[in-house]
Amino acid sequence: MRKIMVTLKRVVDYNVRVRIKPDGSGMATDGLKMSVNPFDEIALEEALRMRERGEAGEIAAVAIGGDECQQQLRTGLAMGADRAVLVKTDAEVQPLEAAGILLEMAKREKPDIVIMGKQAIDDDCNQTGQMLATLWGRPQATFASEVQLEGGTARVTREVDAGLEIIEVQLPAVITTDLRLNEPRYIKLPDIMKARSKPLETLAVGELGLSAVPSLKPSGYEPPAQREKGERVEDVAALVGKLRERGLVA
Amino acid sequence: MSKILVVAEHDGISLHSGVARVVSCGLAIGAESLDVAVMGQDCAAVARQAGSIAGVSQVLCLDRAENARPLAAVQAPQLAALAPRGYSHLLGPSTTFGKDLMPRVAALLGVPQVSDIMSVESERRFKRPIYAGNAVLTVEAPADHTVVATARLASWPAASEGGEAGIEEIAVDVELPAHSKWLELKTAETERPDLQSASVVVSGGRALGSADNFSMLYSLADSIGAAVGASRAAVDAGYVSNDMQVGQTGKIIAPALYFAIGISGAIQHLTGIKDAGVIVAINKDPEAPIFEVADIGLVGDLFSIVPELQAALEDS
Ligand SMILES: Cc1cc2nc3c(=O)[nH]c(=O)nc-3n(C[C@H](O)[C@H](O)[C@H](O)COP(=O)(O)OP(=O)(O)OC[C@H]3O[C@@H](n4cnc5c(N)ncnc54)[C@H](O)[C@@H]3O)c2cc1C
Repeated sequence: MRKIMVTLKRVVDYNVRVRIKPDGSGMATDGLKMSVNPFDEIALEEALRMRERGEAGEIAAVAIGGDECQQQLRTGLAMGADRAVLVKTDAEVQPLEAAGILLEMAKREKPDIVIMGKQAIDDDCNQTGQMLATLWGRPQATFASEVQLEGGTARVTREVDAGLEIIEVQLPAVITTDLRLNEPRYIKLPDIMKARSKPLETLAVGELGLSAVPSLKPSGYEPPAQREKGERVEDVAALVGKLRERGLVA
Repeated sequence: MSKILVVAEHDGISLHSGVARVVSCGLAIGAESLDVAVMGQDCAAVARQAGSIAGVSQVLCLDRAENARPLAAVQAPQLAALAPRGYSHLLGPSTTFGKDLMPRVAALLGVPQVSDIMSVESERRFKRPIYAGNAVLTVEAPADHTVVATARLASWPAASEGGEAGIEEIAVDVELPAHSKWLELKTAETERPDLQSASVVVSGGRALGSADNFSMLYSLADSIGAAVGASRAAVDAGYVSNDMQVGQTGKIIAPALYFAIGISGAIQHLTGIKDAGVIVAINKDPEAPIFEVADIGLVGDLFSIVPELQAALEDS
């Protein structure tokens, strides 16, 4: 049976507006509602559906971060993951380092498929899945909106700027999810109870014996340029008048 | 001074309009030289187009059968193999092509990637958006390592035409993986301008209610030569195809004029239109957040306003 590894990143909930700390030293995330990165939820949902269709067996969920990430792993277990592993670190982890950690996890877990979100909605980097695939020496199918498994291959429909692209990759492979791949299920109360007895292992990042990789140095956060609030017009004639005034339409 | 290599996105026939924008970003870094790499099959025509962008020093043409279609796993080792030719920066576009490819190149070189460069502060310091554009972060790439980055296209003007760069055929000796196969690209055929480079864009949201109703927007767009975009809700509902989505997870665009019609203005949508010249919002809810950013707002029912607007615009 195919084994699946999914990654769950803890991020500020997508409905919450995040602000910069007054001194510009970072984002003010204390006390904000935290959730599983929406794209990662889609990744786990896809794994669950594969298992439900009999295409996959065990599903392991992996998070990287502090103890608080156990919350997101518990959410994943409640959704239906079989096991969870927290790779513990209190330092900020950038994509290249995350990919190195996930490579070690892939060596331990030996998954046939790693499913990850295409980007995390905090740093918006869109890199980790591609970097893991590369370090692992395996193919990638990014921005997936449909995945069909056939034996040792996955046929993946990708959302690209020009439309939909279909590629075929040999397993093991890394797949990253786009929003239209599926709609994640809601968790029911009994699932939360059941999740409490599922295994959640913690591993210190130091135990993986990784050497440091070069990283980007953040040096300041600032608010984006704000657009000025404009004017209201009463009707179509006034709208067209304004557009012509500005020379935007003939 | 920097030696920059820009990777060209193309479809085998034409160069993507974003390449000239990535070149602008590269020139802002302060390039001693700026080369463009074209990976393709029979791609001489594309290479010539790249060579005609002002500021390009040299076009490297990697013409081979494996490059007939863009597969990141196949292209990344070739690009990484070019890095030792003295390049300090490897740049790609923040399109699905560049987002797929560049992290693979970075991982091969063992360096971090700077995604979505909005502005260049110095050779190694860049600004980029985070949190769906709610904040701008300045990052510094490590010294003594190649900088791998993508440029946020909407932040950069297209470099002008008029270059006369030479074209050099290059054969790189690297093993290419056979684990990935390109099968098909499904594109919606359209005569309309390209969403990413159009100067006027008409976008519709969930309020349109059906694919049929979107024809109102196509008709309006055609009467003014505009491209058509959509919110995620409209794409998810199946009213239009995914390549029309504007926003954090769709296209980031910067038209001179943008119409948001029946779109509420969620932060993820607004991220995609921050750099638009003039935003016009048409929405029946006077409290809709889109009005907070719109330059011109009109409250009302789109189903009566859109036909009226088209008639008024045609009547000139
Ligand atoms: C991780 C993530 C990524 C996302 N990425 C994107 C993205 O890239 N792009 C994107 O657009 N969204 C994105 N979203 C979704 C976003 O949060 C919103 O849900 C979406 O933009 C809403 O689309 P909408 O404005 O069309 O629909 P709604 O929010 O439902 O708004 C419809 C609007 O139409 C108005 N209306 C209704 N009837 C009429 C009428 N007859 N005449 C005039 N006005 C009318 C209503 O007043 C309302 O304001 C993302 C969400 C998440 C979680």
